[in-house]
Amino acid sequence: MQRFAFAALLMLSVGLIILGKLDSVLIERGRAVVVDLMAPVLDAVAQPIGSIKKGVATVDAWFNLYAENRALHEENERLRAWASTARRLAVENAAYRNLLHVRNEPRAHFVTTRIVAESGGPFARSVVVDSGAAAGVKAGQIGLSGSGVVGRVLAAGEHSARILLLTDLNSRVPVALEGVGARGVLEGDNSSLPRLSYLPGMVRVHPGDRVVTSGIGGMFPPGLPIGAVEAVTNGVVRVRPWVRFETLDFVKIVDYDAVPETVPDPQPPVGPPLPALNAPANGAQGAASGTTSAVPAAGAAPPPAPAPKPAPAGQ
Amino acid sequence: MTESWPRRLLANLVLLVPPLVGLLCVLVGVAPTGISAIDAAGPALTLMLVYFWTIFQPTLLPPPAVFIIGLLQDTLSGAPIGLGTLILLGVQQFVAHERRVFTARTFTIAWLGFGMVAVLATAAGWVLGSVHAGMLLEVRPFVGQVLLSVTLYPLVSWLFGQIVRALKSLEAFR
Repeated sequence: MQRFAFAALLMLSVGLIILGKLDSVLIERGRAVVVDLMAPVLDAVAQPIGSIKKGVATVDAWFNLYAENRALHEENERLRAWASTARRLAVENAAYRNLLHVRNEPRAHFVTTRIVAESGGPFARSVVVDSGAAAGVKAGQIGLSGSGVVGRVLAAGEHSARILLLTDLNSRVPVALEGVGARGVLEGDNSSLPRLSYLPGMVRVHPGDRVVTSGIGGMFPPGLPIGAVEAVTNGVVRVRPWVRFETLDFVKIVDYDAVPETVPDPQPPVGPPLPALNAPANGAQGAASGTTSAVPAAGAAPPPAPAPKPAPAGQ
Repeated sequence: MTESWPRRLLANLVLLVPPLVGLLCVLVGVAPTGISAIDAAGPALTLMLVYFWTIFQPTLLPPPAVFIIGLLQDTLSGAPIGLGTLILLGVQQFVAHERRVFTARTFTIAWLGFGMVAVLATAAGWVLGSVHAGMLLEVRPFVGQVLLSVTLYPLVSWLFGQIVRALKSLEAFR
């Protein structure tokens, strides 16, 4: 009897493996249903494990306080320089957008969700998050963290979803080398450093080169940060993702598809006429201040008014 | 009908304990520790469970229970469904067949036995996984899993031992 049960279960397992190979959609849908049912339990088990992880991280941080402080100081110096550059560029960009009447880019809808499970085993690299179709999460959406792309949603249940990490065996992301513009594909292989393949032959790749999504194929929008080239050995380019998967607790799932194609406004733009294309920037500013000169004059009037006010207050 | 119903209920509840411990092993195994981020994998807790209970209380962990534990683990971990199940069933059958070898008097031999089973099971997993993926899988996570599992086996088997002792004392109480 025992032997028969064993043989039957063995056959069933083999059958499931073959079914998974033949109809992966069906198997993934079944998996999503089970994960959905288990989500509250996973959540409950993840809580204490999360606390332990946090505790270890705290102790670790205590030991690295000095080094971390110094690194942060250096980074802060660098970022201060970037911040002033960014501020100047933002002002400039806003002015140009205003001049050209650029319609604002559509805002993508996103959900921030907590990781409640990960693969744990050696076969796959994926995480389960505690938001699903009920929160608008769908298969194909992009998982992001503060530092870059985490992966994409493989399947979504009602209240849970599975995200395939960049490092997974089945992950393929169309990417480009920033600046160079050379396109390739980031292929996961279950190791922590995915491989950058299908680059054009003449491109020279150096460690430290930045890798971003290329947007080819439409799955990922272009320009999302992925990581930096870690090493080039025997023609194999390895990329270190910027996302630190080991400390990841939350993932932002972004729906780029949800944005409807906005129809351009057929009406001519209202407001002052556009300045001549070749007019110097100063001229444009002068014209702008000229048309609104009445407003500053009105605004300038009030200052004398406060002056008499203190007198009644003093009495 | 000599037994009163609370006793029968208790006897049936005892049957549920090893599978429930297995469920807990699966849940702890997929808890987000971040171990998958480095080139490693968590310890094979379910493998330890199947090895341990097949040696000490084989009747409390029948093949259907192993099947369900394996299936749940495959489902939650994102592994190919049926693959881990197949390996756990194979381990159970192997250990049950060679039970006299593994039922050692000293812990060291039991530990060595587990090391051997873990290496065999992981190697089988790597081969089956590679065939399933159609390419050679990254070896480091598998090696990491074996090392971590063998290192943690004394601790986990001690915990399992406490559960077995509690179950036996319950039986004595009855």
